[in-house]
Amino acid sequence: MDIFLQQLVNGLTLGSIYALVALGYTMVYGIMELINFAHGDVVMVGALAGLSVIAFLVGQGWPAFWAVTAGVLLALAACMLLGWGIERVAYRPLRKAPKLAPLITAIGLSIVLQQVSALLWGRGYLSFPAILPTTSLSWNGVILTGIQAVIIVLALLLMAGLLVLVQRTSLGRAMRATAQNPAVAQLMGVNTDRIIALTFVLGSALAAVAGVMVVAYYNVGHYTMGFMLGLKAFTAAVLGGIGNLAGAVLGGLLLGVVEAMGAGYIGDLTGGYFGSNYKDVFAFLVLIAVLVLHPNGLLGRRAREKV
Amino acid sequence: MGREQEAEKPVPLLEAHGIGKRFGGLRALHEVSLTLDAGSITGLIGPNGAGKTTFFNVLTGIYPPDAGTVRFAGSALPVGEPHRVAKTGIARTFQNIRLFPNMTVLENVMVGRHVRTRAGVLGALFQTRATREEEQAIAHAAQGLLDYVGIAAHAHRVAGTLSYGDQRRLEIARALATEPRLLALDEPAAGMNAAERGALGGLVRRIREDGTAVLLIEHDVKWVASLCDRITVLDYGERIAEGEPRHVLNDPAVVAAYLGQGAA
Repeated sequence: MDIFLQQLVNGLTLGSIYALVALGYTMVYGIMELINFAHGDVVMVGALAGLSVIAFLVGQGWPAFWAVTAGVLLALAACMLLGWGIERVAYRPLRKAPKLAPLITAIGLSIVLQQVSALLWGRGYLSFPAILPTTSLSWNGVILTGIQAVIIVLALLLMAGLLVLVQRTSLGRAMRATAQNPAVAQLMGVNTDRIIALTFVLGSALAAVAGVMVVAYYNVGHYTMGFMLGLKAFTAAVLGGIGNLAGAVLGGLLLGVVEAMGAGYIGDLTGGYFGSNYKDVFAFLVLIAVLVLHPNGLLGRRAREKV
Repeated sequence: MGREQEAEKPVPLLEAHGIGKRFGGLRALHEVSLTLDAGSITGLIGPNGAGKTTFFNVLTGIYPPDAGTVRFAGSALPVGEPHRVAKTGIARTFQNIRLFPNMTVLENVMVGRHVRTRAGVLGALFQTRATREEEQAIAHAAQGLLDYVGIAAHAHRVAGTLSYGDQRRLEIARALATEPRLLALDEPAAGMNAAERGALGGLVRRIREDGTAVLLIEHDVKWVASLCDRITVLDYGERIAEGEPRHVLNDPAVVAAYLGQGAA
């Protein structure tokens, strides 16, 4: 039972991060039916930008709290600008091209972002300075560290904020209108180009926060870290039903928990034959199972037909 | 609802002159001109494929015309930018209804208010007081419009679940939410029975009385004649007649277009 609860806590932490990244995939897909495969690398840029700023400021003698705040803000600025630029340069010119074309530019862009980041930050592992307080809550042997609590709470706040923005504001209405019928939305005075750009910027902002969370949680950053993270988050988005915001959150949390459980129990279940390094297998097994049983994802509806 | 008309000027509300549009080898519109005044109801009729909907698409900025000019309220219409056309005061409905099917009825109309809305991104993110007040005003105006077209009771239903006739009314309410000076209706009475047509005619007249000019595409010639001040007839992309209904409908060219050459 202890292992179960502990892995639940670990899984929810990881799942919160997946959910934030998955929201970026699902928002872009919802509005223009495009899989932005460079999104994972936007997370990586946020992570490395945040990490290097924090490390630098800590070296200058800044207190941990302010260094982290400054690092998050700079990562936000960098990623939002990057998201805006990606849409402008790689996707907008291909808006009317066949669906495969932007998929290829997305993969190309992902490689470009990785290589540019390798030039900027080097090809080695970057370590996060050991500045975060190591306080933790312990309850019957289950430990919730301070950083885990911050990640879970902050992620939930951001996700709630996004849902309110999309469901309750005029801007969100314009986003949903653009997703459901861009031509008609334009006739209602919605500048759909602007709404699409904004969707990328919002998704990238969430990616920036997620990136800093990852490096702060694992204490390490690398220019290829966006690949597996992006793939998992995309899996989470598909698991929940791509295009559905609540689905991305559910899919992210579920995937995080499944992965943590897999890592916690796989040794016992296989008599020690497989170790926790096989945890990724669980994530994708769950994906396959859900897609076989419920092809549109957990909260996905039947494919929308265009009127 | 603030859809008052400004003081009448001698300048026509809409002046489309010599509009041409080709799709590859197909001449969809050729030298089509149409003028209409503020506060009028104008009919656009013609056999299937005559170019009526293409003309609407040019008018609302969806297609840039290959030839000709469109002036609206005295200035040139923005070409190829539907969201700016909406701002200048032209709104439309569609032959095949195009609502936002997953939104509520009220939200559909609220999207229509977008064009007259100020609050921007930062206001939405930080929920400023101005944004919240504007949001309430939008909801209030939208509810008023639902009442105006007679579907207020369905405000919180999902738009896709409305009956066909109510979906048409919702589309009109959504178009009115942009505060148009010209409302373009593409076959609003399609698929309606006589009683529903009568009610729709009443609504169209009321819209005109409240200061919005109406341009409508329709197949039911009798219904159009009873409603419109003037009628323009298109056939194979060209204007073959224009004038008051009783003159136009007796025009031999019009009769021939509708019934075939021999009938004239």
